[in-house]
Amino acid sequence: MAQGRKRLLVVGNGMVGHRFVESLGSSGQGQDFEVTVLGEESRAAYDRVNLSKFFEGGDGETLALASPEKYARAGVRLVLGDPVASVDRQAKRIQTRAGLVLDYDQLVLATGSSPFVPPIEGRDAPGCFVYRTIEDLEAIGAAASSASANVGAVIGGGLLGLEAANALRNLGLETHVVEISPRLMPVQVDEMGSAILRRRIEALGVAVHVGTSAKRILTDDDGRAAGVQFTDGGELRASLVVFSAGIRPHDEIARACGLTLGPRGGIEVDARCRTSDPDIFAIGECASWDGRTYGLVAPGYQMAEVVVAALTGGAARQLGHFDMSTKLKLLGVDVASFGDAFGLEAGAHTLCLIDNVAGVYKQLVVSADKARLLGGILVGDASAYGQLVAMVQSKATLPMKVEGLIAPPSDGAPAGFGVDALPATATICSCNNVDKGTICQAIAGGAHAVGALKGCTKAGTSCGSCVPLLGDLLKAELKRAGVAVNHDLCEHFPCSRQDLYQLVRLHQIKTFDALVERHGRGRGCEICKPAVASILASAWNEPILARKHLPLQDTNDRFLANIQRDGTYSVIPRVAAGEITPDQLVEIGRIAKRYGLYTKITGAQRIDMLGARVEQLPHIWRELVDAGFESGHAYGKALRTVKSCVGDTWCRYGVQDSVGLAVRIENRYKGLRSPHKLKSAVSGCARECAEAQGKDFGIIATEKGWNLYLGGNGGMKPQHAQLFATDLDEETLVRTIDRFLMFYIRTADRLQRTATWLNNLEGGLAYLREVIVDDKLGIAAELEAEMAHIVGSYRCEWKDALEDPQKLARFRTFVNSPAPDPSVAFVPERGQPRPAHPHEKRELLDRLVGPERDDGREKSAA
Amino acid sequence: MSVALQIEPAAPGLAVELDWRDACAVADIPAGCGVAALLCGRQIALVRPGEAETVFALSNYDPFSEAFVIARGIVGDRAGRPKIASPIYKQSFDLETGRCLDDPSVRLPVYPVRVRDGRVEVGMRP
Repeated sequence: MAQGRKRLLVVGNGMVGHRFVESLGSSGQGQDFEVTVLGEESRAAYDRVNLSKFFEGGDGETLALASPEKYARAGVRLVLGDPVASVDRQAKRIQTRAGLVLDYDQLVLATGSSPFVPPIEGRDAPGCFVYRTIEDLEAIGAAASSASANVGAVIGGGLLGLEAANALRNLGLETHVVEISPRLMPVQVDEMGSAILRRRIEALGVAVHVGTSAKRILTDDDGRAAGVQFTDGGELRASLVVFSAGIRPHDEIARACGLTLGPRGGIEVDARCRTSDPDIFAIGECASWDGRTYGLVAPGYQMAEVVVAALTGGAARQLGHFDMSTKLKLLGVDVASFGDAFGLEAGAHTLCLIDNVAGVYKQLVVSADKARLLGGILVGDASAYGQLVAMVQSKATLPMKVEGLIAPPSDGAPAGFGVDALPATATICSCNNVDKGTICQAIAGGAHAVGALKGCTKAGTSCGSCVPLLGDLLKAELKRAGVAVNHDLCEHFPCSRQDLYQLVRLHQIKTFDALVERHGRGRGCEICKPAVASILASAWNEPILARKHLPLQDTNDRFLANIQRDGTYSVIPRVAAGEITPDQLVEIGRIAKRYGLYTKITGAQRIDMLGARVEQLPHIWRELVDAGFESGHAYGKALRTVKSCVGDTWCRYGVQDSVGLAVRIENRYKGLRSPHKLKSAVSGCARECAEAQGKDFGIIATEKGWNLYLGGNGGMKPQHAQLFATDLDEETLVRTIDRFLMFYIRTADRLQRTATWLNNLEGGLAYLREVIVDDKLGIAAELEAEMAHIVGSYRCEWKDALEDPQKLARFRTFVNSPAPDPSVAFVPERGQPRPAHPHEKRELLDRLVGPERDDGREKSAA
Repeated sequence: MSVALQIEPAAPGLAVELDWRDACAVADIPAGCGVAALLCGRQIALVRPGEAETVFALSNYDPFSEAFVIARGIVGDRAGRPKIASPIYKQSFDLETGRCLDDPSVRLPVYPVRVRDGRVEVGMRP
């Protein structure tokens, strides 16, 4: 035993194995152990709960929980891609498949589970997959993108099966789900809830086959999967089959070395997670406690904590009752099941809300004495989940009117009940076992944002379902502490951007001065002025360089170009959909050459010309306008570009004319001012070459029309857009986008991109659908009319400026001299000019700033 | 056109002979905006916070970006004091003192200004 440290061997680097290593490290006694972790997969631990996000993030990085570097820093040895082959309990030694031999003092088995594949004919054919690891998903993604793949079948209609179905659907496949029991999600949801879930899923175009199972996998001449034959005789053609019919504990090593197993598989453990060998522990999905295994992450995490306590001599923690509550968004539909969901306790009462119109089902199970909530099921709207689960766990006394917990809010009345009703012991985050008291303490300690709370309590960092509850708790606690939750735009307006937008529309306010006089104070600032300029432009679409609006504009809008670090500007003409003629290319080249501009292709399929001085801008634009170009609004918080692939006009895979649509869409919304910049793209087929799912609104062609995706984002926090509507014709598509954009403009915060807006929109995508498809708020016609006004009043801002001598007169560097800015200097690089760095023109700068500069240069000299 | 003016009231006795230079008409500065003027080889931001003929003059050099851009910033106030925000990294500067409101260790040089017959004149130290 080296330096008296115990050799601790952890087999398995999944979520639970990783949690164990983390907890041991933060127990303060990690240094007493020499820890080696063996992982079967080639990747370090990642977030398997959010596995489906793999297809959104594009790689495994976004899901990563651990890395070899992190482990190395913590002094933990991590061996990946090498499963354990045998355990010699006598010698306390293991051997890996690659031949590595390791001795241990204590062994922790966290081997997880593997997908169950029913023993049917053809199950190993190419084209058959399971849904468990990132490698599985990579293989599914690759198979789905092959030209012949168009139909996918998922065997299993449980929680994981529906996740897999969602993935297949997002990959553009016609998707079928096959479930042996008479309903979807039989373990979590009752018949009524399942019926509503099924209807909502079918509405998304996913075919559901229940009460039947796969008898064999049909194969083609090459032996590849070609379909599924059902036990009832029916057949389904499918080139891709995903088995998701449950999981089986990974207990083979334990079995081989003679550890006692549970009655239904899994390694039997006691309340301290000890196996039949006192030096071996088992945690997570591979462990069997109380006669069963647990396929959720929360029990696994508790087991990890229990073993850390056992090893470090911490408080004698034991396994307690596991909360098997689940909340998921499956195919965009909220599904939650918690506590005694089916009302199994003697004398329990149930209370149901069935809304077949909205597709919402809620069932609460109440104790015989009607004093406590025992459990429930939520389908279609799980917004109350966090609070309801906390009520079950804390055994809080129910309010008199139980129906208030699930009834939709009536006008003005707050929905449900407040977080105040929960006792301090109520668990807020089940995954990480964080109670309300801990969170309140953190808030009192200065964590005044949800992000900060996550950081210091770990609440909300696993499945994320309690994050809304964290937000509510934060608001309630801050309010109690007298800390005002401030949504003011800035010191000049005691209200939010949304409020200002409403005021501007309601009172027909046309200028900043009128707005600040009636609803604000002072002269404004760089926060509120551009925000109000944007609101006024979104509402009334008057020229932004009109005299009364001029002081509101950021320098980019004021000079209709993008300022660069040396004070010069860049010029980006509109190239709708990236379609440009050879003549236009020649013109751009000629103009760039004439004015000595640096040129570069932008990420948005346009051409950027950089290095223009203020006084050059009108001359450059005069030539651009003469050549048929118009403003690209690259300088504005406005629609930038609608990117496109060449579509079926040229591409052999294309199914629609993506360029044509992109040109029409871009021309419709060009110049639209919004809370932040807007990007869009149109792809001509499911291959998605235009990357539409990374845009605020993206459109992907289908055989039958267009699929619309909303709320995507590239940039600093990339996020995939969510599928909003499918197979739309162009008219419906445009109408839907009209409504979406105007609703976003109405309700977003300043500088809030659609992705963040949608993330924060209460009710999320489902609510958005209610507003802009079902017209729940009765504002659809208004939104369309507002957009029609903007579209109808479009004018090219540069053409407008060039026709107005007063506006043109402002494009000069000096009010009293035609001279250019003498500080601007370029140096050649790769055959083009680039701005000199300050250190490259220090002498020039020193001379221009003069002797007074010392005052001003303390900062930059530092 | 040069007159004597005591510009530092805190240091009585220190009288500096100023060289008053004509920059532009007040009307050349849109209310609520700034413009840059080139005077004696110096780039000076002339800022007119409102419709009134009040004009402030300060260096057009932004020490944070080392570009001459201050005049192209957004004019406003913080707690009632008139200021301008640099268009590059958005630091705000007090129009009267030149002091950077976001970093007190930085101050822009300011210049005396007077308006005569609708013309803006800036007092340059010789």
